[in-house]
Amino acid sequence: MLIDFFLHLKASRLPVSIKEFLTLLEALQQHVIEQSIDDFYVLSRATLVKDETHFDKFDRAFGEYFKGVEALPGMDVLIPEAWLRQAVKRHLSDAERARLEKLGWDKLMETFKQRLAEQKERHSGGNKWIGSGGSSPFGHGGTHPEGIRVGGRSENRSAVKVWEKREYRNLDDSVEIGTRNIKVALRRLRRFARQGAPDELDLEGTITGTARNAGWLDLHMRPERHNAVKVLLFLDIGGSMDDHIRVCEELFSACRSEFKHLEHYYFHNCVYDRLWKDNRRRHSERIATQDVLHKYGNDYKLIFVGDASMSPYELLQPNGCLEYHNAEPGATWLRRLADTWPHAIWLNPESEQSWPYRQSTSLIYHLMGGRMFPLTLDGLERGMRLLSK
Amino acid sequence: MRFSGSDTYVATRDLTLAVNAAITLQRPLLIKGEPGTGKTMLAEEVAASLGLPLFEWHVKSTTKAQQGLYEYDAVSRLRDSQLGEAKVADIGSYIVKGVLWQAFECETPSVVLIDEIDKADIEFPNDLLRELDRMEFFVYETRQQVRARHRPVLFITSNNEKELPDAFLRRCFFHYIRFPDKETMTRIVNVHFPGLKPTLLREALEVFFELREIPGLKKKPSTSELLDWLKLLLAEDIPPEVLRSKDQKSAIPPLHGALLKNEQDVHLFERLIFMARQNR
Repeated sequence: MLIDFFLHLKASRLPVSIKEFLTLLEALQQHVIEQSIDDFYVLSRATLVKDETHFDKFDRAFGEYFKGVEALPGMDVLIPEAWLRQAVKRHLSDAERARLEKLGWDKLMETFKQRLAEQKERHSGGNKWIGSGGSSPFGHGGTHPEGIRVGGRSENRSAVKVWEKREYRNLDDSVEIGTRNIKVALRRLRRFARQGAPDELDLEGTITGTARNAGWLDLHMRPERHNAVKVLLFLDIGGSMDDHIRVCEELFSACRSEFKHLEHYYFHNCVYDRLWKDNRRRHSERIATQDVLHKYGNDYKLIFVGDASMSPYELLQPNGCLEYHNAEPGATWLRRLADTWPHAIWLNPESEQSWPYRQSTSLIYHLMGGRMFPLTLDGLERGMRLLSK
Repeated sequence: MRFSGSDTYVATRDLTLAVNAAITLQRPLLIKGEPGTGKTMLAEEVAASLGLPLFEWHVKSTTKAQQGLYEYDAVSRLRDSQLGEAKVADIGSYIVKGVLWQAFECETPSVVLIDEIDKADIEFPNDLLRELDRMEFFVYETRQQVRARHRPVLFITSNNEKELPDAFLRRCFFHYIRFPDKETMTRIVNVHFPGLKPTLLREALEVFFELREIPGLKKKPSTSELLDWLKLLLAEDIPPEVLRSKDQKSAIPPLHGALLKNEQDVHLFERLIFMARQNR
């Protein structure tokens, strides 16, 4: 039975491995848990899922396997919020509770389906319809011992099925390229140089020095190797790029330790005479691109991230910018940037095949001297190799 | 050996189950969760409640895997040899034992905490795979095999700054400490401040959870910040009515500096309150 469960998880695209499955069986054999489905849920999650971003997927897969959640009727019927608003709350005595009829699972679902079809308006406080506060098995805030909770907050903790329970939904991010892989690729950029206080033993120097001293110890120290790579990051923000940008920002800030300096600036579609550092204050706190050009030395490596899709006018014409009047065309600015920082690449989240068919993309491709790479592992590898030359 | 929470630490059922599974199967337990939800505390509490010695290894960005096992202090040996000290002949006296070695040697079973493993270099977990799996390692300098007398109960915490390699994850149990709901939070506060006025607690929790709901906060206030804030409220003797009053002047909760640690967050918060007043 559990092999089927394992295969079901695998089919739900959860990264589970045989070793973890064996661990789970071992835990069951050693009676870590009593025979309860709740405990089994927690145990199997702790053994099989190692990343909270997969918890939601696991919840769904677990539910499907053990109950058939997707098969629940009414899943696709939207139940109006107003029905569920908690208006009345009736407190029943224990005796009254016991009197309430306990419906079986199948019957419960069947009745629910039926009610859903019949009910067309808000309901509260009664004992039959879906709504809040009453003792009908459907709705929330009520006191039926074995009901289905629909919206609202769990108060009596006896609902058989909690629809809104998918608590880990927000954590599921489905990032296409794993952060770890990208970090490994970015590591190519690292270059070490010795700077700062001499606090590391220079073994070679010490041996040579000691030999010169005829065996009397002559300690030589040297500065520790520090990472000397400086990166300037220009991110296209706004519109279609927003999703990608968040991923990129996280990536680059997470591997801040890999670089000595990492500075980022935002632009929209194409770089003109203004950039900004904080997207929420993009209109009030702008920085002149000229200043940025003068501020950072040419040993910085320049990385653009953007989809390079725009109207060609935005690149080629003065006043072509969507948001304000620019005296010089975007292409001039791009050329200026690429001249200031010879180590420059453009990372493009769009697939490589589509580039030649977009006018603006191929324009930028040529402006960058062909140094445009897709935002994939392979593209990153190629880009970083070029930058580290 | 079974762990079931303690007087000073409220553990949910999920958490105790994960801890007990890790203890029974002698596998490491990887703990993740928002900062300030008691990840590091867990190891201390488990050690205290099981009555086992605790060995802590706090990882920094410069920490190497080898340092947890042992270090060979070659420089002191070189210096001593220049001074003609007698102990130079024994290389063993220049081997400095690391945290894992100390735990392996321990007479009783022990608890080991590897704190914030994600701070270290990306290869750090890979370098410890075999050592944590077999609980043994080899000291090259003295040609000595060190093996754990008792497999220690191992806790590893991570703040998600780096992803951990799959091979490493496969060997661990995993638990994600969720942010406590109101009910659990009340229990946690009661553990830390027994005899707190229920009204103050209710109002404070109300303000706290409202604050966490604000979209766009860089750092949401966490359990440890709530506890600090309550401590301050108590010290300043602020009456619960102040927290409840939703009128214009005191819309910003008193001593909010304890909850919001980020200048931008405070700005955002103040702006939101300003906007709320305009709408009124």
